Amino acid sequence: MPPDSGIRAGVRAALPLVLPTLLLGVSFGVLAKPVMGAIGPIVMSVLVFSGGAQFAALGVLQAGGATGAAIAAGMLMNARWLPMGFAVGPSLRGGPLARALQGQAIVDASFAMSSRGDGTFDRGLLIGATIAQGSAWIAGTVIGVTGGGLLGDPARIGLDAVFPAFYLTLLAEEARSGRAVAVALAGAAIAVALMPVAPIGIPVIAASLAALIGLRTR
Amino acid sequence: MSAVWVLIGVLCAGTVALKAAGPVTVGARRLSPRVAAVIGLVAPALLAALVAYETLTPGRPGLEVDARLVGLAAAAGAIALRRSMLVVVIVAATATALARAV
Repeated sequence: MPPDSGIRAGVRAALPLVLPTLLLGVSFGVLAKPVMGAIGPIVMSVLVFSGGAQFAALGVLQAGGATGAAIAAGMLMNARWLPMGFAVGPSLRGGPLARALQGQAIVDASFAMSSRGDGTFDRGLLIGATIAQGSAWIAGTVIGVTGGGLLGDPARIGLDAVFPAFYLTLLAEEARSGRAVAVALAGAAIAVALMPVAPIGIPVIAASLAALIGLRTR
Repeated sequence: MSAVWVLIGVLCAGTVALKAAGPVTVGARRLSPRVAAVIGLVAPALLAALVAYETLTPGRPGLEVDARLVGLAAAAGAIALRRSMLVVVIVAATATALARAV
């Protein structure tokens, strides 16, 4: 395994994510405040720390759904951390508690950026990128809750397109081989096919099965 | 209001557990080449699914084609022109806002 980058290198590598993530945080804060009050969204961004799950849970509450349904949507959206944790696991160091703590640094961007494509992950990049991005997510939520009223409806200024564009940029950097492109297309196809019929979250987890294309020997 | 705190508490505990399960149980095991190949491909599979999901979700099961698709197409153009991520997301938001305005 090549040596890990330092955490500082990870923070630097993730600097381009800071402003986009801040915008996402602002849009979460604006949308969540009427439903969850002023403090709830901020505490949620600190503790749950997952845009996908937070937006999914919020969507259920906005639609008048029960708390249990909101929890289920958030947990299903987050279920992808389970296979991602198993992927990152062998690249972490230390005892069980230290590894569990380092595992908390797994988010989509840090996972993609630290993946070396050979099954190993750069631990410094993983942790540093999450520190940079997490700070922006929390700060954005605070701005959205406190000053977001000035923005009006986030959808009117297109903030709901920030998330897919953000993931597309990460994907463009990730899909360097023909095989990775094939897996990406298969993953998107699985997600789209399941979205009309499966509960929120399931389509995204099921799409990770596309990675099994890697079992085929070249 | 307390329902919100239950939601936050349960999601927090669940997320911590999901992220810790893999690192705690697999240890520092060496990977077979086939397993490594699969793991190396998890990121593109998940990211592509997230692009599709975030572009087309109506917030409940279903598909919804709206101005976000215009934003995504604009983002793809900006990426092809090798613009920075910040430019890409601003282009996406602007294109989506314009598509909604017309």
